[in-house]
Amino acid sequence: MTDETLTVEIWRGKDTGRFETYQVPHRQSQTILDVVTWIQRHREPALAYRFACRVGMCGSCAMTVNGRPRWTCRTHVSKVAASGGVRIEPLRNLPRIKDLVTDMTPFFEKWQTARGRFEPSATRSEPMAAIPSDDPERRIVDAGIECINCGVCHAACDVVAWNPDYVGPAALNRAWTLANDQRDGDRAGVLKAVSAAGGCHACHTHGSCVEHCPVGLNPTAGIAGLKRMTLSALLKGGLS
Amino acid sequence: MIRRSQRHLGFFAALAHRLSGLLLALFLPAHFLVLGLALEGDTALEGAIRWADQPLVKMAEWGLVVLLTLHLSFGLRVLVLEFMPWRDSRKAMIGLGAAASLFAGLLFLFNLG
Repeated sequence: MTDETLTVEIWRGKDTGRFETYQVPHRQSQTILDVVTWIQRHREPALAYRFACRVGMCGSCAMTVNGRPRWTCRTHVSKVAASGGVRIEPLRNLPRIKDLVTDMTPFFEKWQTARGRFEPSATRSEPMAAIPSDDPERRIVDAGIECINCGVCHAACDVVAWNPDYVGPAALNRAWTLANDQRDGDRAGVLKAVSAAGGCHACHTHGSCVEHCPVGLNPTAGIAGLKRMTLSALLKGGLS
Repeated sequence: MIRRSQRHLGFFAALAHRLSGLLLALFLPAHFLVLGLALEGDTALEGAIRWADQPLVKMAEWGLVVLLTLHLSFGLRVLVLEFMPWRDSRKAMIGLGAAASLFAGLLFLFNLG
């Protein structure tokens, strides 16, 4: 990397392919997504990548940058390319479609497996449940609810790589927020889903998810919470 | 190979926990073999104990003490994380476990003298 030019290697292809090298003008406050966009617009129109909001809200632009999964729209080049160039690959642990684009289908299917969807306990004609913001369970939900579904934790997780049945930290984090949501109509169902094979008990507590989560969530804490909750439910006969 | 995304304290603690467990498992048969000598009489056991007084074996014993403390403290760490109320003490507990194994190793060395 010079002050004016940045050397960027980008994965081209699907499961088989190669890294192509590009020289990109280096600009102040440039993000990795800016770099990929510049290459697509000026050098490689066929380059496939995914993005939408560009401001860290939609979670669609995650890629592997110099070996670490990151949200590219909020990753400054100056942060990751200090000692050389930049190597950009698709996220790990997900099927590749083309170049930097992965198929997120298994990621969201695992959310369903972990029962990561809200089951209402009331109809829309009934009054809304009033839950104080300082309620202990609500605080737990608040701590985990801001997930942007970027898949960074899923790509960073060793257990996801080792065990294809493991639902992963994002799905379990969602399940954790629902298991603590007083408005959910089937919290026991969440605990049953996450205590099955490939659920929370498959986690090895490495903490890669919390190390890499771009929005600072702590899925490891949620998964540990699910382990305690499911054990308690088991002892009370609530998992049968 | 350790990937860049794995270069953090939690992964290294898990790796140390796993490797120390494997090495201790390799040592266990030898441990039981020596204990079994007691059944054959005090001479056989005494001979093994004398053999273990050699400096190289003592060094290996030091390694075992460090590995055992490391494995124990990192195992307790996982139990605390998973069964006690969450306290964001993940990295502090890793530091504590590493310090405990170093302390046990030092204690063993002092007792040698």
